[in-house]
Amino acid sequence: MKKLIIDILLGSLLVFSFTSLVLLIAGAPVLDAFKHIWLGAFASSIKISQVLSVWVPLTLCSCGLLFTFRANLWNIGIEGQVTMGAIGAMAVLRIPGIDPTLTLCLAFLTSMLCGGAWGLFAGLLKTRGGVHEIFGGLGLNFVSQGFILWLIFGPWKRPGIASMSGTELLNRKLWLASLPGWRVATAGIIITITILILTWLFLQKSRLGLKLKAIGQNPKAALLYAISPERYYLQSIFIAGSCAGIAGFIQTTGVYHRLIPSISSGYGYLALLLVMLSGYKIVLIPILAFFFASLNVGAIQLPIVLQLDSALAGVIQGCCVLCALFILGIRHDR
Amino acid sequence: MDVEFQHISKNFGQVQALTDVSLTARSSTIHGLIGENGAGKSTLMKILTGYQSKSSGSILLDGVEAQLNNPSQASNLGIGMLYQEPMDFPPLTVLENFSLGTPRQSRQELHFALKTLSIRFGFDLDPDLPVELLTVGERQQIELLRLIHCNIKVLILDEPTTGISPAQKEALFPALKQLAADGLTILLVSHKLEEVANLCSEVTVLRHGKLTHHTAAPFHFPKLLTAMFGFVPKRKDKGSARDKGSPILICKNIEASGERQGLHQCDITVAEGEIIGLAGLDGAGQSTFLRLAAGLISPDQGKVTLFNNSLPHGAKAYIRAQELHTSFIPADRLEESLFAGISLRDHFSLREEHGMFWQSRTRTRQRTEEAITTFSIKGTPEDLAEDLSGGNQQRLLLSLLNRNSRLILLENPTRGLDIQSGQWIWQHLRDELSPDTAIIFSSPELDEILHYSDRIIVFHDGNIVLDSAVADTSHGAIAAAMTGMREGTP
Repeated sequence: MKKLIIDILLGSLLVFSFTSLVLLIAGAPVLDAFKHIWLGAFASSIKISQVLSVWVPLTLCSCGLLFTFRANLWNIGIEGQVTMGAIGAMAVLRIPGIDPTLTLCLAFLTSMLCGGAWGLFAGLLKTRGGVHEIFGGLGLNFVSQGFILWLIFGPWKRPGIASMSGTELLNRKLWLASLPGWRVATAGIIITITILILTWLFLQKSRLGLKLKAIGQNPKAALLYAISPERYYLQSIFIAGSCAGIAGFIQTTGVYHRLIPSISSGYGYLALLLVMLSGYKIVLIPILAFFFASLNVGAIQLPIVLQLDSALAGVIQGCCVLCALFILGIRHDR
Repeated sequence: MDVEFQHISKNFGQVQALTDVSLTARSSTIHGLIGENGAGKSTLMKILTGYQSKSSGSILLDGVEAQLNNPSQASNLGIGMLYQEPMDFPPLTVLENFSLGTPRQSRQELHFALKTLSIRFGFDLDPDLPVELLTVGERQQIELLRLIHCNIKVLILDEPTTGISPAQKEALFPALKQLAADGLTILLVSHKLEEVANLCSEVTVLRHGKLTHHTAAPFHFPKLLTAMFGFVPKRKDKGSARDKGSPILICKNIEASGERQGLHQCDITVAEGEIIGLAGLDGAGQSTFLRLAAGLISPDQGKVTLFNNSLPHGAKAYIRAQELHTSFIPADRLEESLFAGISLRDHFSLREEHGMFWQSRTRTRQRTEEAITTFSIKGTPEDLAEDLSGGNQQRLLLSLLNRNSRLILLENPTRGLDIQSGQWIWQHLRDELSPDTAIIFSSPELDEILHYSDRIIVFHDGNIVLDSAVADTSHGAIAAAMTGMREGTP
């Protein structure tokens, strides 16, 4: 425990000094930049709700990834699973003439199924076709990206014009509600916290969690315990896909209220890094997700206020991840 | 170049792999090095090639102490080794493989050199073919020519005739003799006595890391065999002979692939209550047979019948075999049968609680504590499997065995265990299990097989060369069968 605290302190120090260095090179006033990141994330309830609305998909994807990482699967396809979840939700939301609440519930379930099925697809490619899940997932990410573009510019385009800005806005009744003054879907937060608790329960207390751990450690031996690795690979990647699908649902109904080409916003990839940083410990997931979300939202300010290049936010995030991985690597070697 | 090993010792942690081994291989001779698996032959050769460091002792080359700290030092001093499995680059062509590690030369020069050497040794090699299309024997020929082209002075051969055809063997032997006549020092590691007798002028025998015998030609085979395998121990407290019941495992005309040679024309019937020891040199087919009976691999031809049910093909076979009360414990405990980072309690949970959704901590904890007491495992339910010693890991595996097992397949059950742990394991197997349980086990220790089994099956290059009641055979006959000689050869 003491070691962990030292590592975190050391990691933060490294992150800050490295980020400062990058800011210096970019010719930015370092302290001002940090101040604006902070203000950008926490200055008002609107800002904080923006942070939370990034926190939601990040945490959901991370929860899903905990299952696949447990079975020692690299579910790179998580990004595409978010996209497919969003598409699945949208397909239901476009059906006219049903009660809005019912539509939303149906859309929620469909998004889970679509994300899960997309994950299962990568899983089957692995277990049946011998395609490594990294390549299968990456390929499927491209496919889902192509699919969503086709939908936005083809069958689901806005009447008259097709544009990168996405499909037509949803009917207000199909928006996930938020509290007055807050720009984050309340339902999204509740769902995310529920999924966090369920993930913890499943991984720690159920036999599924134990079996996934066993398979992740030694698939050869699992067979001797009459546990079929293939079956649990598929189960874990389906669960991960479902979580990602829910993230897609919330992005569609709670954030953008329409389908846009970058509906997944790279949160799937970011979640991969986040989970690795957490050392696969679920207690750290919500905290780290919040940190990344605030950085993400806070850094939006930099180009506006300090006339810095908008790519700098990404550079800072990358630095954080690299520094933290470096610390983790050292910890591992010790 | 004369190679002189002086008082070489090597230990890996607590394990003494070599103890005070001294021998001299003179130039222009072929020196044989023989012994059982694990006798220390390979370790000694790895020390000479710089892959492993020695714990004490020294190596003299032409009377001068040599520093052999890494493979490149050894190769600069002119020491080359021909490995059992070809160490080449399969996608590259013959000429490209030949050119690796040789002094910088033009393509024409290399082509010419390869051609000249091939003619000299009577090898027929196409320089432009990729090596992956060639047989093991041809790949070995390239490697040999490459080493010669690199001007080596000492040549080490590790089981050079494994996996090559008789014709290739006929080409290889004169080549080796010619090389020795040209002044090369050749060290031949082998377990095939006939080859050693044919090629070598001197032979050194290692057993359990110690030099047990050294002799010049002509060789007396019984003496060499005794030095290799030791004496037959007096069989004490063997336990009462068990009654044989009806057949439970029938293998008919099995052809299977696995290990080096696969398994050929394998016919075995095992009855209730039998204890069968599988002998043979490493990779001769014992492990393939055990995995076949366990349903982990499927035969290419033939049929495996367990308790009157024929095993299905493919992945389902293993689950089916378990349903039929067959249990298998592989030799590699942490690699194949335990989860290193998972607690003992969770192992029981994985093993026993099928069909339940939640883990039940109290029940499995109780069950684990019982097992820890019954099997005297030194550990607590929350200890990780990797934290146990080898003996305790084996006890854990035994405690995880399905208690209704009626056929138990064990791959080298006492691997890495001290004598006491080994005896405990056997006492448990013989006394605690129902007497109609059949046990089939493999072991590299002939003593263990003779001591605990009622019947012995000897494998050689994937064939069964001896299948007999232990009482009806002799130590000498078994040792001879293991090295591929028929009973009665001198």
